[in-house]
Amino acid sequence: MRKWLAHLVLIAIYLFFLLPLYWVVAMSFMTNQQILTYPPQFAFSPTLANYKALVLGQLGGGVGTLQVDYLHNFVNSLIVSCGAVGLSLVAGIPAAYALARFRFRGADNWAFTLLSFRFAPALLILIPLLQIYQSVGLYNTYWGLILAYQLITLPFIVWIVRGYFEDVSPELEFAARLDGYGWWRSFWHVSLPLVKPGVAAAALLAFIYAWNNFIFALVLGSSDVQPVTVATLSFMTASGIQYGVIAAALVISVVPILLLAVYAQRFLVRGLSMGAIKG
Amino acid sequence: MARRVATTNLQEGVAVAAAPPTPTAAARARWRPYLLVAPSIVLTIWVLYPFAQSVWYSLHHYVLSQPWSRPFVGLRNYQKIFTDPDFLHTVAVTLEYTLLAVAIELLLGMLLAFLLNRDSLLTKILRPLLILPLMVAPAIGSLIWKLETNPQFGFVNFFMSFIGQRYFPWGSSPRTALLTVVLVDVWIFTPFIALLLLAGLRSLPQQPFEAARLDGAGAWFTFRTLTLPMLMPYILIAVMFRILDSLQQFDIIYAMTQGGPGDTLMTFQLRAYLEAFTFLRLSESAALILVLWVITYAISYVMVRYWNRARAHLRGA
Repeated sequence: MRKWLAHLVLIAIYLFFLLPLYWVVAMSFMTNQQILTYPPQFAFSPTLANYKALVLGQLGGGVGTLQVDYLHNFVNSLIVSCGAVGLSLVAGIPAAYALARFRFRGADNWAFTLLSFRFAPALLILIPLLQIYQSVGLYNTYWGLILAYQLITLPFIVWIVRGYFEDVSPELEFAARLDGYGWWRSFWHVSLPLVKPGVAAAALLAFIYAWNNFIFALVLGSSDVQPVTVATLSFMTASGIQYGVIAAALVISVVPILLLAVYAQRFLVRGLSMGAIKG
Repeated sequence: MARRVATTNLQEGVAVAAAPPTPTAAARARWRPYLLVAPSIVLTIWVLYPFAQSVWYSLHHYVLSQPWSRPFVGLRNYQKIFTDPDFLHTVAVTLEYTLLAVAIELLLGMLLAFLLNRDSLLTKILRPLLILPLMVAPAIGSLIWKLETNPQFGFVNFFMSFIGQRYFPWGSSPRTALLTVVLVDVWIFTPFIALLLLAGLRSLPQQPFEAARLDGAGAWFTFRTLTLPMLMPYILIAVMFRILDSLQQFDIIYAMTQGGPGDTLMTFQLRAYLEAFTFLRLSESAALILVLWVITYAISYVMVRYWNRARAHLRGA
C-alpha cells in the first residue's frame, strides 16, 4: 500500500480511538461555560475547579451545593481490586504450578472450569448470590465483593501463571532437589522467582478486570462499597448539568488503569488471550 | 534429604535423586498437586450453590413478591422464551448486536494489524497507544461517549455535522440506539482484535512470503493463500472471545440506556436484569440466563478445545 495512504488511514483510525479520551481529559479542565460553547473550542485555558470540587466533595450548583464522596468510591475500587487480586495470587499461584507440573486426575477439568467462569454470564450467579449475601450479611461489604471477584481474578492468575510455569524447565527444579532442597524450598527459591514477570502480568491484568468490573458491584453492593465504575453512573445522573465535574470523575476512574497499561504493554497480549497467544 | 547418584545419564540421575526417599514423603508427593489446587477450589466451589438455585428458580414460578405461590412448572419458563415475542426480541437484539460488533471489530482490527505491522516512526509511536481504549471499563467508555454525544455540546456531534448529522439522536432513538452501543463496543474492543492479530502477524515465518515474492505472487494472492490461513488460529480465537463477550454484554448497554429506549436494547443479560430487579420474576430471569449460559458454555468449550491445539501448535512452531 502506498506509504502516505497507509499513514493517512492509520492516523484517521487513531483519531477515532484517541480523540474521545483526549476530549474527556480536556473537558475535565474546562468550566461548564467553556464546555457548553458550540462549536467546541480546541484551545482553552484550563482550570482545576472540577478536580477541586471532587476532592473537596462539594459540587456547587444553581440550587446550592451537593455533597459528593467520589474519592470514597475511588478508594473502594482500590480496596476491592487489590484485595481480590491478592487473594487470587495466594490461591492461584500454587494451583498454576500444580496444573503445569503434575498430571493428576481432574487437572484439565479444573483448568477448564476455571476458564468457564471467565465466559459465563455473571447474572447466573449474581442474582441468587445476592439473596445469599443478604441472608449471611455479606451484602454491601468489602469481603463480599472480594470473594465474588475471585470468579474474575482467579482464572487470570491460574491460566497466565500456568503458562509461565510451563515455560520454566523442570530440570532447574530437579537440580535444586539434587542439591538437597525440599520441594517447598525449590518452589519458593527457584521456580517462583523465575515466573515473576508472569505473576506481575497476571496480577496486572486481573487488577484491570477487577477495577473495570461493573455488574458484580452493581448487584452485590450499595453505596458503602461502590467502586468508581458503578458510582460514576449514579454520579452522572445526580450531577445533571455539572459536565466538567462529570468529566473529571470519568478521568479519575480511568487514569490509574491507563497508566498501568502503558507501563505493562509487553505482557498484555499474552494475558488478554489468557495465554493462548504469546505476545 | 535427596540422594546423590553417580550416573552418566543426567536425566536418570536427576529423576532418581528427586524421587521421594521415604514412604511418607512419597505419600506427601502424591497428594501435593491436590493440596496445591485446594485453595483455588475452595475459593470458587461455592458457585455451585447459586448455580443450582438459578436452575431451581427456572423450573418454578418464582416471583419475589409472591412468596405464597412457588409451584414447580417444569420447562414452562423455557417454553415461554421460545414463544413469547418479547423474548424472541431479546434473542434478535442480542444476535444483531453480536454480529454487528464482531464483524466491524474484525475488519477494522485486521486493517489496523496490517497497517501497524510495518516498521516506521509513525507505527513505533502509535503501537503502544493502541491498548488505551481497551483499558477503559466498558461502563465508563459508554458514559464517556454518552457525554461526548450530548446534543447540546458534544464534540462528536461537531464531527457528525460535517456529514449533515448535527442532531444525530444516538442513544435516545430506537433507530440509532443499537448503532450507538455497537459504536462504543467497537471503540473499546477493536484494539483487542488488532493486538492479537498483530502478535500473530509478527510471529509468522518469513520464508513462505519471501518464496512467494520470488515467484512473483501478487499482494492479494499472497494474502489469500498465505497470510489468511496462517493467521486463522489468531483470528478464530479473537473472534470467539468477542462473540462470547458480546452475547452477554451488559455494562455498555446498561450505562448508556439501561436497555432502552423502551426495550430496543434488551439483550439477554439486560432482560434478565429487568425481569429480576424490576418485575421480581426470578424464574423468567433465571431461565433466560441459563439459556444464555448453555450457549456460551458450548461456544467456549469448542473454543478451548481449538485453542489447546493452537497452544500446542504455537509452542512447537
